[in-house]
Amino acid sequence: MPAIVVEGLERAFDKVLAVQGIDISVEEGEIFGFLGPNGAGKTTTVRMLTTLLLPTGGRASVAGHDVVKEARAVRSSIGVALQEAALDPLMTGRELIRLQATLQGIPTAEGRRRADSLLERVDLSAAADRRVGGYSGGMKRRLDLAAALVHEPRVLFLDEPTTGLDPVSRKTIWEEVRELNEGGTTVFLTTQYLEEADQLADNVGIIDSGKIVAEGTPESLKAEFGNPHIQLQLAQGSVAEAESILAPIGKLLPPKDGSKVLVEVENGAADIPRVVRALDEAGIAVEALELVKPTLDDVFVEKTGYHLEEESEENAEKAPVEA
Amino acid sequence: MSALATNARVVRALGMRSVRQTFRRPQLIAPIIIFPTLLLAIQTGGASGAVELPGFPPVQSFLQFMLAGAMMQSLMLAGNSGGIALAVDIEMGFTDRLFSAPIPRFAIVLGRLAGTAALGLFASLWFLAIGLIFGAEIESGVAGALMAIFLVTAAALAVGGVGAAIALRTGSASVVQGLFPLVLVVLFLSSAFFPQELMIEPAKTIAQYNPLSFIVEGIRGPMISGFDASETLDALLAILGIVVLGLFLSDRALRHRLRVG
Repeated sequence: MPAIVVEGLERAFDKVLAVQGIDISVEEGEIFGFLGPNGAGKTTTVRMLTTLLLPTGGRASVAGHDVVKEARAVRSSIGVALQEAALDPLMTGRELIRLQATLQGIPTAEGRRRADSLLERVDLSAAADRRVGGYSGGMKRRLDLAAALVHEPRVLFLDEPTTGLDPVSRKTIWEEVRELNEGGTTVFLTTQYLEEADQLADNVGIIDSGKIVAEGTPESLKAEFGNPHIQLQLAQGSVAEAESILAPIGKLLPPKDGSKVLVEVENGAADIPRVVRALDEAGIAVEALELVKPTLDDVFVEKTGYHLEEESEENAEKAPVEA
Repeated sequence: MSALATNARVVRALGMRSVRQTFRRPQLIAPIIIFPTLLLAIQTGGASGAVELPGFPPVQSFLQFMLAGAMMQSLMLAGNSGGIALAVDIEMGFTDRLFSAPIPRFAIVLGRLAGTAALGLFASLWFLAIGLIFGAEIESGVAGALMAIFLVTAAALAVGGVGAAIALRTGSASVVQGLFPLVLVVLFLSSAFFPQELMIEPAKTIAQYNPLSFIVEGIRGPMISGFDASETLDALLAILGIVVLGLFLSDRALRHRLRVG
């Protein structure tokens, strides 16, 4: 049974349609990466799925419960770590997790035990009695994640959990997410980092202007975009001859500059010896060679017209579509 | 554990957080305790001769008269501070954490009000202690003190409901903070700091119908003279009216917030 089912989900704000009838299905135990530029509708979708916002059309169920009619049952089944970790800077880490345990109806003694165990798990035991306001960005995210796990949710929503974190903190969060998923937790992960989706997600959905523009495994999306290609740096004057030699081996792609040849190959790295041998036999010297695989960024650009990470860095806002 | 007990536990936990938050944020605790204490000191130090004015109610000292006003000021600002703290929670997204938990959403408002009521209780004890230390007598004895504590606590909860409603509707701490002068205006247009009989028009008429006057007289009566059933009833009705208004407005504002996101 899918952990999350979304059918024709819509959300309008006055005359602006932020989410325009999207369909998503996330299987139990899956990590689903939800990608999109700023203002595409990611957070609005997450807020509807976590019952923080009522949809204006369509339906959605999480952990088998309708997000509108059975909102409280949904809230019992989910853990939520929202964008910009919503933490009270005046509370200590321990107080926050204990409060979260109380909110989830966990008895006091058990709540204390889980708080201690979770703080240890996210490596915050030493800072547990310090106020959150003094935590670093990575510590805050880890605390937020720990708080979301206090009731051992079936489905975990992580809204841009690593935005603004340094690479080390980012990898720590990734490891934690992987570990949780291995324990059976379904994870709905929105991110602006394609590498994050590529590393973690079993399936990926790309949303743009409130619509799902692509969905599938990262591999299938990349395969849909095309095969890997070999990029060859050659000596001046040998490009034309090289192209005629390589044409039977693979499809030639438009070169980026006059001294390079790009040839698309079906078998990736396995085709490299064949290419090198053919050129060597013709006496063409290869100065440099690189196997370039399609990335999610290629898919993203193809589907949305934007480079996601560049776009996120610029923090550009896209105008939603008028209803 | 029954649903009621679970919800009561949530309200208590949120109330405790609210109290801790107030004591850890100087800008929230200062208006509740420090500001009214300083005003009380200035007024009793500089205007204690007012008790000699013709028409001033018979009191043991000006401090005895002023204690109810200081408590009233403190509870009003506790309600305002509670609203500011709730608006800050909304601004920083902390309420999303609460809204995404499997609890009745109105428990979030009740938790905040429980915290405001606890601050009202603290304020009443604080000012009673100050009064007793500096020689004010409570004419009705322990019963009068307990009545004052009860009315101040209940009134803090009532005023907190209005503050919570404004915070939920606007989601802006600066808007709630902007009401601070208005709180003082409403307070000065009541009998909190001066007897109604000695006011001039139109302040006198406004104070006569100002619900805060009923509450402050209900607190003051047992302190300066003795119990008066009608005075106490008026105070309770005024508090009840503000409670109903505050909870009604909070409920509407909460529904609106959840609808628009």
